[in-house]
Amino acid sequence: MGGMRTAGDLVARMQMTRRMRLKEAKAYVADKLGCGVRDLSDPIAMEQIRGDKGLGLLPHTSAVRPGEAGMIEAKFNIARTLDIPINCVERFKERAGL
Amino acid sequence: MPTPPSPTGPAALVATGHSREAVEVMRLEPKIATRMGDGSLVEMTRSEIKADIEDGTQQAAKRAKTEPLTPDEQDHLLDIYASSARFTAVDIGEEVIMSNDGTGTKHIGNRVQDLQTYEQVVGIDMVELWQIDYSYKAIKTNVAHEGQTMKIAQMLCTNPVQYGAMPDLGRYSKPDGPIPNWSELLPLMKVDEARAAQLEACDMLVEDINYVADHMIEAGADGIDMDTTGAAGDADFLAGLTACRMLREKYPWLGIEIGMASEFVLGMHGQLTFDGERLAGMWPKDQVRMVQAAGASIYGPAININTGKSTAWNIARAMTFIKPAAEIAEIPVHVNVGMGVGGVPTCVYPPADATSRASKAFVEILKIDGY
Repeated sequence: MGGMRTAGDLVARMQMTRRMRLKEAKAYVADKLGCGVRDLSDPIAMEQIRGDKGLGLLPHTSAVRPGEAGMIEAKFNIARTLDIPINCVERFKERAGL
Repeated sequence: MPTPPSPTGPAALVATGHSREAVEVMRLEPKIATRMGDGSLVEMTRSEIKADIEDGTQQAAKRAKTEPLTPDEQDHLLDIYASSARFTAVDIGEEVIMSNDGTGTKHIGNRVQDLQTYEQVVGIDMVELWQIDYSYKAIKTNVAHEGQTMKIAQMLCTNPVQYGAMPDLGRYSKPDGPIPNWSELLPLMKVDEARAAQLEACDMLVEDINYVADHMIEAGADGIDMDTTGAAGDADFLAGLTACRMLREKYPWLGIEIGMASEFVLGMHGQLTFDGERLAGMWPKDQVRMVQAAGASIYGPAININTGKSTAWNIARAMTFIKPAAEIAEIPVHVNVGMGVGGVPTCVYPPADATSRASKAFVEILKIDGY
C-alpha cells in the first residue's frame, strides 16, 4: 500500500492485531482517521492526516520534522488512534514507569 | 461473364504480376515478450498464452480436485499476461498490504538499517527481522542478541516489525539434531520408528518456537512469522499449528503469520491430525482452515514454479490452487509472490514485468489481502 508514505502500516496493524481481512481493515482505519478509504493509499492525503495526528512521517531531504512525533513516539499515537495495543509501546510505558 | 469480387483479407495479399504462381502470404499473429518459469525472456502469441492459461488451470484443477478458473477469470488473466507493458499495476485505491518475510539483503549496513530502508525507501507495510540461519532451532542459541536487535528496531521503526524464521523440522534429525533420521528409517521400512521420531522432533520444535517467540515479544516484536511451514511434511505443519495456538492463548494481540512451503502438505508421517483432521495431503483450501483455527493472523499460501513452463501457465496453476482458500478465508491471505513461488520466476533477480503481473492477477481476480 505504500507503508508509511500512506496508511499501509496502519492497515497492516489491523490485519495482524485483529485478524481483519483487507476490506474490513481499510474501513476500520479510515473510520478512525476520519477519511475516505481511497485516501489511505494516497500519499498526498496521508501526509496531511499523519502530520495532524502525529502518526509519523518519512524524514526527507526536503522535509525533515524533528519537532514532530516519529518512530517510537509516533507508535504511542498510532496505538491510541487505532485503539489497539502496540507491544513495544506497552513495554516502553512499563519500563519507563509511565 | 460477371467480374469476380475483389479479394479481401489474406487473399488480397496474393501476389500477381511477374510470377504465374500465386503465393499466399498469411498474416502472422504478433509476438509478445513474456517470461518462462526460469525467468528467461521468450516471445509468445496471444493464442499461445491463452492455451497455456487453459492448460495451467486444468492441470491444477485435476490435481487438487477443484474447479478450474472461470472463462471470465481466464480472460482477465490473458489481458494481464498478453500485455507488452514493462510494468503493470492495480487501480488506484485497490492496493494491498505487503508483508515482507526476510526483509532486506543483510548487506546494507546492518539489519536495522535494512528494515529502515524497506520502510522509508521501498514503502513496505510490514517488515521482518531475521537472521541468515533462518531456523528457530538455530536462533534459540542466539536469542538474546536477536532480542536486542529487535528492541533497537522497535525504537527506530514506525512500521510493524515481526520476527521470522522457518520451523524447519528436519534440523532435529541426525546428523544435524538428536533424533533418528526418519528419511533414513522409512526406506528401511521402519515406519513406526520413523513416525515416532517425527513426533519427538515436533515436540522439540514447538518448544523452540515458543522459546524464541517469548523472547522476541519481550523485546517488543509486533508479530511472529513461521515461514516455509510444512517444508518437512505434516509433522512440520503440525508443529507450526501447535505453536501458533499456544502463542495465541498467551498473546491475544500478537500478529502471527504462517507461510507455507508448498501447495501440498507431504505425508512424511501420514497419520497426524489437528483438531481431528488429517494434515497429510492438504491443499490451500484446507491449509487455511487449519491455520485460522490455530489462531494465526495471516495465512501465506505458496505455490511452486515449474521452470519449464511459461509464467502464464504457472500463474493460472497457482491461482487455481489458491482460489478456494481465498474464497473461504476469514483471516488475511498473503500469497507468497516471490522468487520461485506464486507465478514469479525462479531466479535471483525477478523481473518487474513478471512480479507486477503476478501481483495484479492475485489482487484483481482472487481479491487477496496482501503478499
